Amino acid sequence: MGFEKFGRKSFTAITKTAKFVDFLTEGKIKGTVCKDCRAKYFPPRADCAKCFSKNMDWFDMPERGKLETFTTAYYAPLGFEADPPYTMGVVDFGDGLKLFARLSKILKPEEVKVGMAVTVQPIKYDDGQISFEILKA
Amino acid sequence: MKKEVAIIGVGQSSFVRGYEGSIRELAFEAFREAMQDAGLTQKEVDASIFCSAPEYDKQRSPAGVLAEYLGLIPQPTLYVETVCSSSSTGIRVAYGMIKSGLHDVVVVLGFQKMSEITSAESQERMGRGADIQWEAPFGTMMPAYYALYAQAYMAKHGLTHDDLMNVRIKSSTYGVINDRAVYRKPVKPEDFKQGDPEAKMAGPVAWPLRVGDCCANADGSSCIILANAEKAKAFSKKPVWVIGIGAASEAVNMAARPDFTKGLSVGYAAAAQAYKMAGVTAKEVKVAEVHDCFTIAEIMAYEGLGFASTGEGKQLIREKATYKEGRIPVNVDGGLLSKGHPIGATGGSQIRTIVLQLRGEAGAMQVAGEPDIGLVHNIGGVGLYGNVTILGRD
Ligand SMILES: [Zn+2]
Repeated sequence: MGFEKFGRKSFTAITKTAKFVDFLTEGKIKGTVCKDCRAKYFPPRADCAKCFSKNMDWFDMPERGKLETFTTAYYAPLGFEADPPYTMGVVDFGDGLKLFARLSKILKPEEVKVGMAVTVQPIKYDDGQISFEILKA
Repeated sequence: MKKEVAIIGVGQSSFVRGYEGSIRELAFEAFREAMQDAGLTQKEVDASIFCSAPEYDKQRSPAGVLAEYLGLIPQPTLYVETVCSSSSTGIRVAYGMIKSGLHDVVVVLGFQKMSEITSAESQERMGRGADIQWEAPFGTMMPAYYALYAQAYMAKHGLTHDDLMNVRIKSSTYGVINDRAVYRKPVKPEDFKQGDPEAKMAGPVAWPLRVGDCCANADGSSCIILANAEKAKAFSKKPVWVIGIGAASEAVNMAARPDFTKGLSVGYAAAAQAYKMAGVTAKEVKVAEVHDCFTIAEIMAYEGLGFASTGEGKQLIREKATYKEGRIPVNVDGGLLSKGHPIGATGGSQIRTIVLQLRGEAGAMQVAGEPDIGLVHNIGGVGLYGNVTILGRD
């Protein structure tokens, strides 16, 4: 599957990390880890910037993290007009691993707080696009 | 004070919505003013550098096209881009060309005509200035990115919505008296009143940022002419010297940002380099221009520049220390919030403001006490690029 399936709307079709989308369809959120120096990356990378290796493996992202920050967008860029308001945030899993995504629409605005425990799950949209979203842990 | 590279001419178009002309004509407005300010003709210019954010330009490779219109051919010309800090980066490149001895006099021209596309298109294009593979698919835009910083920062440091509002009110104080500014109306606390349909600044854009927390899109151009010491003495009665110049970059993806409560790392890094090169400290800066694309960005800039310690930037706005009469006047030309933010022209416009301040030619905006050292802080993207330039006079 190509990377054009990723997110509400993808701007990238071809990438060596496109397998990320296949994993998402299987319900898994994965980063890459360098087989040579063990450096971990999220978002996934095809090349290790620490040791220049292209020997990368996939690993499962941690299941629980903390919501480091978030924002609710009331306007949207072109192509996302149907979506507002929607909330986006950064999850910190510790050990230098973080993730940026939208928060699930099932979360009530008053529930969302900086520092709250959260988890991340794949989500499939009606138009076939696939992504991942942040939920309360 | 290092007296190796000087600014000998400055110019800026009015910043407006919907400029009635082409990019060539827009560029010429700033160029004409800077050339007349320096008293130069084109044959005394050795090279030109053009700066913009290319996603707004219909013209491909604008440098050659604009160089011709400005009468700067057959001299070498090139194009430089770091989104919102493009023209500060252009000045950095010109500094290197002059310091190396390659050229004696270089024109740096920043321009942007944003009005040819809609605001939604503009946000989408600015969003693409961030990570298009891993972030834009979620529907990101510039206000949302800065709102991520604002949310974490406000939660940790007790910065309030009223503090942010007061940054906007300060900028409008000077937008009113700057005849080149796009937003020339005063802003009052009532304009931010939540739930009042008449309150034009109150509506949420990307919470916690409101309409009034966001800068105004504008069309505009700026032009800075730099020269070596010999030419500066020959052409200029009041040269302003580039005494410190710093620049840094940071990971594009928010997932790779170390700490949202500490502001933009590039602001700290570029400032440290520029202070070290200039041999001055934050306390010696008499007037500054900072990149207030959003109100939160001005508070974070105070801290990156060492005007306040991390988390304490709010005190400067609460004490009115950054007003014209305060301890360290900041953005007394209206800043990006009121003067406007024509992306590629912004850095050059900030430099122009500080040059006029150091020459004592800033009119109603002039800071008292004959300032001798000024600073410009110009950020590209969401702290993707950071530039700090320190200027001094004889
Ligand atoms: Zn490695």
